[in-house]
Amino acid sequence: MTDRPLTKNIDLSRGALSLKDYEAAGGYAGARAIAGGLEPSDVLERVKDSGLKGRGGAGFPTGLKWSFVPKSDDATIQRYLVVNADEMEPGTFKDRMLMEGDPHLLIEGMIIAAYTIQASRAFIFLRGEYFDAERSIAKAIAEARDSGYLGRDIFGTGFDFDIVLHTSAGRYICGEETALLNALEGKRANPRAKPPFPQVSGLWGKPTIVNNVETLCNLPGILAYGVEWYQSLGSGGDFGTKLFGVSGRVNTPGCWELPFGVSIREVIEGHGGGMQKGYTLKAFLPGGGSTDFLTPEHLDTPLTYGAIGDLGSRLATGTMILLDDKTCPVGMIGNLMKFFAHESCGFCTPCRDGLPWVDTIFRDLESGKGSFKDIDILKDHVGYLGPGRTFCALAPGATAPLGSGLRLFADEFAAHVSGAKCPYH
Amino acid sequence: MQQHIIASSSTNSRLRARDLTAEEIAEIEHELTLYPTKQAVGLEALKIVQRHQGWVSDESMLAIADYLSVPVSELEGVATFFNLIYRRPVGDKVILFCDSVSCWIMGCDKVKKRLSEHLGIDYGETSAGGEYTLIPVPCLGDCDKAPVMMVGEEMHRYLSSETIDSLLPLRNVGGSK
Amino acid sequence: MAKITVDGVVYEVDPANNLLQECLSQGLDLPYFCWHPSLGSVGACRQCAVIQYRDAEDTQGTLVMSCMTPITDGGIYSLAAEQASDFRADVIESLMTSHPHDCPVCEEGGECHLQDMTQMSGHNYRRFDKQKVTHRNQNLGPFINHEMNRCITCYRCVRFYDDYAGGTDLSAQASHHHTYFGRFEEGTLESEFSGNLVEVCPTGVFTDKPFSAQYTRKWDLQTAPSICNGCSVGCNITPGERYGTLRRVVNRYHNDINGYFLCDRGRFGAHYVNSESRLRSARDATGMSVSTTAVEARINEFASEGVIGIGSPRASNEANFALRSFVGAENYFSGHSDAEHEALQVLTECLRDAAFHSPSVRQIEQADAILVLGEDVTNTAPRVALALRQSVRNAAKSLAETSRIPSWQDAAVRELAQDSMSPLSVFACGSTRLDDIATTKLNAGQITLIEAGNALAERLSGRSPIYSDQTLGTTMQCVEATYTALMSAKKPLIICGTGAGAALMRCAANIARSLSVSRSQVCDLVLLPKEDNSVGHALLTSNENTLSCALGKLTKGEIKRAIVIENDLFERAPTALVKDAFAAAELVVIDQIETPTQRFAALTIPSATFNECAATKVNYEGRAQLSFQIGEGSDAAKPIERWLDVEGSAYSNSMIARCAAEVSDFERLSECLPDPLGRIAGLKVPRQSHRYSGRTAMHADRNVHEGKQPVDDNSVMSFSMEGMLTQKDSSVLATAWAPRWNSNQAISKFQAEINGELKQGHPGVHLLKRSLKGLAYDAENSINKSPGEYEIRLVSHIFGSDTLSSHSPAIQKRLCEAYLALNREDALELGLANGDLVSLGGAEGGIILPLIVRTQTPAGVALVYPGSSALGAHINPHDVPEYASLARVEFEPSAHSTGLGLSNLVVNDAYSGAR
Ligand SMILES: Cc1cc2nc3c(=O)[nH]c(=O)nc-3n(C[C@H](O)[C@H](O)[C@H](O)COP(=O)(O)O)c2cc1C
Ligand code: SF4
Ligand code: FES
Repeated sequence: MTDRPLTKNIDLSRGALSLKDYEAAGGYAGARAIAGGLEPSDVLERVKDSGLKGRGGAGFPTGLKWSFVPKSDDATIQRYLVVNADEMEPGTFKDRMLMEGDPHLLIEGMIIAAYTIQASRAFIFLRGEYFDAERSIAKAIAEARDSGYLGRDIFGTGFDFDIVLHTSAGRYICGEETALLNALEGKRANPRAKPPFPQVSGLWGKPTIVNNVETLCNLPGILAYGVEWYQSLGSGGDFGTKLFGVSGRVNTPGCWELPFGVSIREVIEGHGGGMQKGYTLKAFLPGGGSTDFLTPEHLDTPLTYGAIGDLGSRLATGTMILLDDKTCPVGMIGNLMKFFAHESCGFCTPCRDGLPWVDTIFRDLESGKGSFKDIDILKDHVGYLGPGRTFCALAPGATAPLGSGLRLFADEFAAHVSGAKCPYH
Repeated sequence: MQQHIIASSSTNSRLRARDLTAEEIAEIEHELTLYPTKQAVGLEALKIVQRHQGWVSDESMLAIADYLSVPVSELEGVATFFNLIYRRPVGDKVILFCDSVSCWIMGCDKVKKRLSEHLGIDYGETSAGGEYTLIPVPCLGDCDKAPVMMVGEEMHRYLSSETIDSLLPLRNVGGSK
Repeated sequence: MAKITVDGVVYEVDPANNLLQECLSQGLDLPYFCWHPSLGSVGACRQCAVIQYRDAEDTQGTLVMSCMTPITDGGIYSLAAEQASDFRADVIESLMTSHPHDCPVCEEGGECHLQDMTQMSGHNYRRFDKQKVTHRNQNLGPFINHEMNRCITCYRCVRFYDDYAGGTDLSAQASHHHTYFGRFEEGTLESEFSGNLVEVCPTGVFTDKPFSAQYTRKWDLQTAPSICNGCSVGCNITPGERYGTLRRVVNRYHNDINGYFLCDRGRFGAHYVNSESRLRSARDATGMSVSTTAVEARINEFASEGVIGIGSPRASNEANFALRSFVGAENYFSGHSDAEHEALQVLTECLRDAAFHSPSVRQIEQADAILVLGEDVTNTAPRVALALRQSVRNAAKSLAETSRIPSWQDAAVRELAQDSMSPLSVFACGSTRLDDIATTKLNAGQITLIEAGNALAERLSGRSPIYSDQTLGTTMQCVEATYTALMSAKKPLIICGTGAGAALMRCAANIARSLSVSRSQVCDLVLLPKEDNSVGHALLTSNENTLSCALGKLTKGEIKRAIVIENDLFERAPTALVKDAFAAAELVVIDQIETPTQRFAALTIPSATFNECAATKVNYEGRAQLSFQIGEGSDAAKPIERWLDVEGSAYSNSMIARCAAEVSDFERLSECLPDPLGRIAGLKVPRQSHRYSGRTAMHADRNVHEGKQPVDDNSVMSFSMEGMLTQKDSSVLATAWAPRWNSNQAISKFQAEINGELKQGHPGVHLLKRSLKGLAYDAENSINKSPGEYEIRLVSHIFGSDTLSSHSPAIQKRLCEAYLALNREDALELGLANGDLVSLGGAEGGIILPLIVRTQTPAGVALVYPGSSALGAHINPHDVPEYASLARVEFEPSAHSTGLGLSNLVVNDAYSGAR
């Protein structure tokens, strides 16, 4: 047993773990547990009991999601498992590590998930720029296929399962699970309306589960070591471990597997080595570019979905982006807005036409051409682009740093207008 | 000889499809075995052709559309949706320069400036000798090693203005120091 | 029915629909863009936001898109809540950020849904002071303008063009706020329904190109309800005139027929009325113009003794009836070719047959298994082809129903169902534009098609088949697949037409009859004639009075005089027969346009076009519909009945009444007329809008005297702004307009419910009673083919095969010249390549045509497109032999070449391989 089920084997200086090494380290024990006679319904119960929540951002309970796949004994109904490996959220660098370091962990997780929902085929939707991950996964799939872990009648369960590795071509919206499905079907990656949810009508209209890479990597451990062990990791209502990361002006930026409930301070100051000399922490986004700013007063908050949610932000991807005192908050938010405006798919009005307006206002503020009217317009857009207003969650994601930033950094915003330039330059 | 039926998408086309190469066809054929529909292979086929040709010309677009029997206009909708399908010629290597938030905080703007001077090009441009095309890219997922960029398929991390000159052999003929 | 509360008012609504649709059905003003009554919901524009409350206690509510919200019984909603109206104002502000300030020069101005919604949403002052996004436009051909800067990215264009109409050359491109709607490269839009983009686009991105060239604001157009004369479907249209010329045609909603959409032949073909080919004055054999008095005198002379009349399928009932009265029923002859005449007898018999039902276009959309037998629907009755594209989607809709996805959830239904389609069998000779949705395709020559038809009828009747796998081979597989599909369908439909010929029509009837018997229910059978009043003309003509009979009488000198109305007999009978007859007779021709027939006329008289007179015509269903006069017309071109000056001809109403009284099949014709009591205070209904401008100055260049507006004695409508525009009686809907709704979307204000009937609208009347108990037709099949000969099949094209529309300048830009098509193997065997000249051996004088290789042409068959009569150089289809040997010839084809070439040809199987 281990307290680092996701990363215990990972040593990036060595490259990806081979099948042999993975098995030597106890790998595929979870998958073998299935061969030991676990029914899909048993696995589903275990995953439900474990309390595993999706690591793609929304934190939705994985077992519950799986249970929405319509029950049917009809084995001829095609079901699909899709791995969301499109990691493109600014400041997020966790799935890359798993895929480059321990690809068999993902494959084993996929076998378990696919078996549970009886999906004979899976697609890994991999971000196009992740060439190293592409190579390591492709090799791992080949190894697994050669060993009979993929293909017909895997592990003697009578269950056929194979994986297709799909590499994308760079669009953040493809990470949105329904846009991802359209992309896989070879269409423009606009999101789909929900309902119907992918569990009912997904890839090519068939029942489909979309899970994040990290989510799936939790499964082998749960099956191999049991629910009790899993729940012993983590505290504060969330179970297991999570990849937490820090980027920005810390001494040792990085990404570490830690149990839920660890404090923000421990991550930033402990693992991250604290702020670099000459820089102090001004604020931070706790879980990637689509989360609300928190400030140093929140440093002792435990990292759980609930605790961060209570502060009005989101744990999301668990990768923090730090804003220091020498960096312009308006510039930082402006950088994010440029990203969101560019990555909008263009389907719904508020996002497509609202974000570019927001973005140009930031360009104007930075070059000293902004006005107070512009700042009011930014404030209007926080509500206008907020949750429930747009077709998908991209634009609401943008409003998180924007809305909280406008509140926290009102002075800095005003200074850009009254000084007719960026005070940090 | 590839039979050339005028699909309704290209009846009033001034352009002619080019012939796909045997390698391209073989790779597309392989992808076709992995997906239940031809349409699904559209993006893969674009990437395959781009890998071989460097970019995707109009003639290539028509060729892929014909090969997969999908309307070329629909394929164009897909090709132009994705950031990394190049519908214009690019240099031998594409530099994807991360300008997202973590790299920005870590000073990528300065690096970019140096890079631009070094190569004599801005975003969207190709160096005079056709070696490099510079394109901004959203967060490359290497934020703890920021600033970063990708040249071809290779990541370059912990960039600074100083490292740029040593990384890229090219000198800007326009002459900056 | 469900009850919902909207802003405190309780409404009874249909729970099967979405909230937006039901709000509009209730007459509420709720802005929207991406939703369309025929296209359903996708939730893109976010303009239709309302507040939904959990229960009566909930004061906060949540913002929802009404178009994506299913009705819940007892649901509580608010359109007026500030949260919702503020959001809607934000959305329109967003949409307008890059929209140009070009309303004054934009063709959409004054009938722009975007203008209406902007006003309705309360966006008045522009805060956006940044740079706008701009786009490049494409030249999309002779029909459609492209101005992408006006785009608000509602996705309606591609949803209509691709998803609904099956087009493949318009797509959404790029993304975020650079999203672009266009073709892969510049060029003519290929879909035969492209014109609907003009009406589907809520702003001025896609506009009507011929209209732009002679532009007038909507409110300055004089309009009235009319019927398209492009084909036998009888789509309802609203033509608009200004300064006495037709400016454009737009769709006029009819819930049973065209719904919201027209085909391009109808929309752009109507411009023939302004063309150079219009006959503008009477003239004698030498071309000298003849005065009206002289014309009248001559007609009087004719009336006194021995004259025959040859009617026309493109002339109105009143015109044909007037001619019949003038010459006497026994001297009134068919203006159809003999083959068409025979086919129409089958058609009218079937319309009287109690075993069949002739479905409306809307009902065709509901069919769940279809056989199209030998008729090229896209090219002969295009609007029906568009309906067939909807019917194959019924499989998707029922799949969605089982997954509890409402059918209005457009994208979700498509994503679920992918390409599952209701069965459509296309039995045809060569490729058709419906092949992409056909689940079974039998591609064969006429002999095999008839065999297949007979085999299917027998299979369905349960009789032991005389055909078997042995005799029919793979054909039998198509028959079997179709048999299974039709037998397991709830609403099977058989479609054939006179283009397929009488023999195949009898097969179609036999198939439908067998289905009807074996299922003991009436079977849907659509038989499509070629022209807009083919059925009306056929009903007025006795079976014996064929055209060849008339020509024979003239040739033999039994009768010396003939009146031909609105007909070019060189399109109806072999050239030699027509010439012989004309040589022996004194001929009076009355027509709207110039035709070769007039070269033989002692007197040629111009008749009024559809927009210049009121008229009734009978569509393929046997439905008679009235079209109103649009403009004042001229004295030079009078309706035929008035030239003939028969009793009652002074008023169209009395002409209609006479026809109804005297011809038994036309008993109900008067019901076409609007109920005069339906009008408010007996006032006339204005053809001009209340904003009509410049009326008193319109003729100031000619006459400063401000004359009285012309009086319309012929209808309940007036040629002025005076009168009462009625909101309730949509049978006289000059144009759809309602307060705050200046665009065509105003139609919802006249519908009993969205997509329902028009309030007091006039759907037309079905003339025929189904009382006949018909019998199965004899199976027939005659082969006169000698070895080495090719079977020649004539093909139609939507642009070119119809006489009148081919004279429209815009349509002429889409014409191609006559050609002969073979498949690749046959061409190779004959040593022929694209562009080579081929002679159809045997025929006297010889017919020589350029070859085009069409890969789907069945072996041993040559397809012949005879070209368009409007271009002067075309082939009389009746001169084309049924079977012929083909040979390559070398000399110049000057006789048949128009220089048009074949580049405009839009077919799916043209082979572009090197010459
Ligand atoms: C704009 C947008 C981008 C997203 N990008 C990703 C992504 O790159 N990777 C990911 O796993 N989830 C992403 N998500 C979340 C997914 O939609 C989805 O919730 C997730 O893949 C579900 O997996 P999980 O249940 O395992 O967390 C994104 C969501 C949105 C709205
Ligand atoms: S919010 Fe709308 S435009 Fe933005 S990415 Fe989502 S669907 Fe596309
Ligand atoms: S009409 Fe409802 S979102 Fe467009």
